[in-house]
Amino acid sequence: MNYNFAFFDEGSKREIRRATLKAVAIPGYQVPFASREMPIARGWGTGGIQLTLSLIGRKDILKVIDQGADESVNAVNIKKLIQNTTGVKITENTQEATIIQSRHRIPEVKLADGQILVLQVPIPEPLREVEPSEYKTKRLHAENEYSGVWLMLFEQIMKYRDMSTGADHPVIVNERYVMAPSPIPRFDNNKMKYSESLILLGAGREKKIYAVPPYTEVKSLCFEDYPFKSENFEGKSCKICGSSHVYLDEFIDENTDEKYYQCNDTSYCLMKMNNK
Amino acid sequence: MNKQFGNGCKICNSAKNILENNFCPECGTIYACQDVSFDLYKGEILGVVGESGSGKSTMMECLYFDKKVASGEAYISTYKKGETNIFSQSSQQMRFIKNNVLGKVYQSPLQGLRMNLSSIGNVAEKLIAAGHRNVGQMEERGNQLLENVNIPLFRRKEAPKNFSGGMQQKVQIAKALSNNPPILLLDEVTTGLDLSVQANVLDLIKQIQRELGTSMIVVSHDLGVIRMLADRTIVMLNGKIIERGLTDQILEDPQSAYTQQLVYSLL
Repeated sequence: MNYNFAFFDEGSKREIRRATLKAVAIPGYQVPFASREMPIARGWGTGGIQLTLSLIGRKDILKVIDQGADESVNAVNIKKLIQNTTGVKITENTQEATIIQSRHRIPEVKLADGQILVLQVPIPEPLREVEPSEYKTKRLHAENEYSGVWLMLFEQIMKYRDMSTGADHPVIVNERYVMAPSPIPRFDNNKMKYSESLILLGAGREKKIYAVPPYTEVKSLCFEDYPFKSENFEGKSCKICGSSHVYLDEFIDENTDEKYYQCNDTSYCLMKMNNK
Repeated sequence: MNKQFGNGCKICNSAKNILENNFCPECGTIYACQDVSFDLYKGEILGVVGESGSGKSTMMECLYFDKKVASGEAYISTYKKGETNIFSQSSQQMRFIKNNVLGKVYQSPLQGLRMNLSSIGNVAEKLIAAGHRNVGQMEERGNQLLENVNIPLFRRKEAPKNFSGGMQQKVQIAKALSNNPPILLLDEVTTGLDLSVQANVLDLIKQIQRELGTSMIVVSHDLGVIRMLADRTIVMLNGKIIERGLTDQILEDPQSAYTQQLVYSLL
């Protein structure tokens, strides 16, 4: 098969880059773009792949993770597609990578200046739950009218006595746009704040690109008397590498029925083990 | 204030006297409000009566920015010292006015409430929109308002869709009042409610006016409601104000033929 470098024709890549530039210029604003047909179905990371393909150069080193894992089917297939059409080096080492495409996690290793994090987004519109019409949500963003999102959180507090967002807890970027951080756990929200690396978010099905430029204020929405809380792993640690202060997955040992925890970020866990 | 639906044509733009009622037979443009102009004083209730299609609700929608006016001016003494025409403000400013200076109760609770959220959430929406970010305070204020309108506290977390029409209307009133707006717009609030609930709601409105000094515009085609609430009244027909004055004066001694007909059909 003979594909152009990075699968897309140059015109497509340029269009996506233009949308990306606009997104970087207006932090948190969702820029519409002409989402391309891909060899995988929309809703399976096409937003992220398109961003990655439009950005990638021959010298880039790529890492792809799917909910913390480098080896899940989705991550492997995305890596294959990109490597087959570009020939770039693939890595699992977070520090080594120049572009990191991720589904629903930000790596545990702190990202540095010069790295780009690409997040896949299913629903880019934080107001969608309260307002189904795109026409209206666009106006609400323009008018800085976010009572809908606040109301959603207020209702959760009324019902459950606390905010009950599991992932995708809405944030305010640069004190202007309310943004869906993609379904990352609340644990990762704070990593967006003044991040040294550029964070790009792409929604292929919804045809939107948005961004958090480096060193940008990202505030998770919360009330005065109900502060934002990330998941609490106090007193728990990874069974394999012993790390605490990381995002942990809970497992049940099938033989003993006991609970145990393991790093969600597999490459981080591996790195810790290798360093021991 | 003017409001038209349609672009108008040469004929109806030049001479309004060819209109059939408020409708141009040539191009089909509807002139819903034509040169409607009035004052509303502090603490006063202004009644608006007129038949269906006379432009009452359109006027209210324009005042609450639900619809854009074709042309016109409105000033609110508490907003930028009353020197700025609120119809010429940016949409952000209009939202600010809507959230801070005005309150509206719609004829149909479907328009004014989010039926699937809790009642207290509905009241809080307006507070949130006005910039409140403290759950405890908002909850307290919501409870207080819902209590004022006689919604039992144990039902405050229930969604309005489970409520009767009268209760929904009361939740709407509580919501409209949440920021103590100086101006309240009431569009046919009691229409469709049974008499005892009507009396209840009217009582509440009177009480609000007395205690908070809120100015109100009350639209109704029920003259009984107008007689009870309004200090002054305007009568609308085909998008124009055809008569205005003290409520008693209009009900006892109507001048125009239409008002006479309206008043006599009541008696």
